[in-house]
Amino acid sequence: MGRKNWLIMLGAAIFIGVFPWLVMPFKAVSHYVDVMVFAGIFSLVCIGLSLLMGYAGQISLAQAAFFGIGAYTSGILTSKFGVNPWLAMGGGTVVCATVAWVVGVPSLRLKGHYLAMATLGFGVIVNIIFAEEVNWTGGPSGMIDIPYLRMFGRKITSDLAWYYLVWGIVFLVLIFCFHVLHSRVGRALRAIHEDERAAESVGVPTAGFKVRVFMLSAVLASIAGSLYTHYVTCLNPSSFNLMWSIRFVLMVMVGGMQSLWGALVGTVLMTFVGNEWLQVFAELEILAYGAILLVVALFLPGGIVSIGGFRRKRRQSALEGAGT
Amino acid sequence: MLTIKSIHTYYGNIHALKGVSLHVSRGEIVTLVGANGAGKSTLVNTVCGMEKPARGRIEFNGEPIEGLMPENIVRKGIALVPEGRQIFSAMSVEANLLMGGFVHRNDREQVRADMDRFYDRFPILKDRRHQLAGTLSGGEQQMLAISRALMSRPQLLVLDEPSMGLAPLMVKLILSIIRELKEEGRTILLIEQNARAALKIADRGYVLETGKVVLQGEGQELLEHREVKRAYLGKGARQIWDA
Repeated sequence: MGRKNWLIMLGAAIFIGVFPWLVMPFKAVSHYVDVMVFAGIFSLVCIGLSLLMGYAGQISLAQAAFFGIGAYTSGILTSKFGVNPWLAMGGGTVVCATVAWVVGVPSLRLKGHYLAMATLGFGVIVNIIFAEEVNWTGGPSGMIDIPYLRMFGRKITSDLAWYYLVWGIVFLVLIFCFHVLHSRVGRALRAIHEDERAAESVGVPTAGFKVRVFMLSAVLASIAGSLYTHYVTCLNPSSFNLMWSIRFVLMVMVGGMQSLWGALVGTVLMTFVGNEWLQVFAELEILAYGAILLVVALFLPGGIVSIGGFRRKRRQSALEGAGT
Repeated sequence: MLTIKSIHTYYGNIHALKGVSLHVSRGEIVTLVGANGAGKSTLVNTVCGMEKPARGRIEFNGEPIEGLMPENIVRKGIALVPEGRQIFSAMSVEANLLMGGFVHRNDREQVRADMDRFYDRFPILKDRRHQLAGTLSGGEQQMLAISRALMSRPQLLVLDEPSMGLAPLMVKLILSIIRELKEEGRTILLIEQNARAALKIADRGYVLETGKVVLQGEGQELLEHREVKRAYLGKGARQIWDA
């Protein structure tokens, strides 16, 4: 993990640390802590998706489904079987990793965007299961009575406790992912993204690496889903439909998929946009999302984090150099 | 070392290789010349595992390797310098070399030592090791691509059109590097459109035409062959440059 990333992380950690104390005194914005808990949960999904999109060059439209599998696994195991929530969370990750492997192996062996298609179908199927398996999931009317998460023998109920728990996990995951990216594995992932054939020619098992990144993204989405379950303590299939998968992709794109920081910035911004500022559009919300996607794709292909420009400039000079 | 026995490869309906057989013995440079679309690159891709042959056998050191995944073929000891170089242009020169040693995951010291050897050999790469590989000139990129392939410590080096798109002076340099590699006793399969240059440095050559080997023989002998002269060198053409 480079010096630059440590510095950014320090800055981000300080900001996250003081954020609640900045907004809580003001009634109008005190609920921003709650919004930030959601933003943190979604960040976990988007960090995984950013690895998949930015480094393995693949798009998954099933992140909401993995998020949902984690959520329902946690919900069912804790409320119906009385399993310890942390164990249930682990159970969710195992389920998601297995499912991702099953979906990923055939679709990632093929070159091109087969994963997007496979995950699109898979996501829809999973959502139908959530809605139809009424005995297990409660169906469209939802699942309630999910117990709170406990830590050190105490229930975690306050927004503030959740806020620090979720963001603590986000930072741990970020540190883990930066370590992965700066290792031999990360170099191989960048190589695959740049030139798959060249990566193959030096002996990188490209399909295997992509499957592993996909599994990691599914596991992160599952952890996020479990946290979500215990935070909101009720589940409804509509939180895990295709629209949400698209939103996750949008969050990563808006922030910038070449960097994990982009995923973080995009998620926080889009969570506020979606939960707070776009409410005025009501039914037209989806149009507003389309507009945002269009503007980003046309004018800011590198996402918000590219506004600083140093990243793009560096790449530009590389390309100019190659032309001579 | 490498024996290809009548392989057939298809792209969909297109029958790209129609029963090609050839062999490369240890310490030899064997060249494969042919026009565009003759099937040269298909042959390379089939040997390196990126295309699956429909029929036929490919043996490397007596073991069949057809149908293996590319990464396993690299592990067996065949390294490819791909057509058009295909270096990782947004990664540093050093990262490119490290990628070349990818299959030696447990031997960091060897990878480090190999890298230093290439830095000694091509000091320009050492000077630019922290630069992005895309900023190198074409010839330097080719040096990097060759070094990257050699980082896997191959027994057989496959070069796919190494002179393509390079200035004549750079072509000369790359060919002299290939000649040096030969003197070190490396085994090389050289794919070239530049038939004259390739046949000059090769021990043996094969001429590929529309998916079939139409001629084979020693390099010098092919160079003199009437058919080769007519088809690839231009009969009675003035020798424009001498490699």
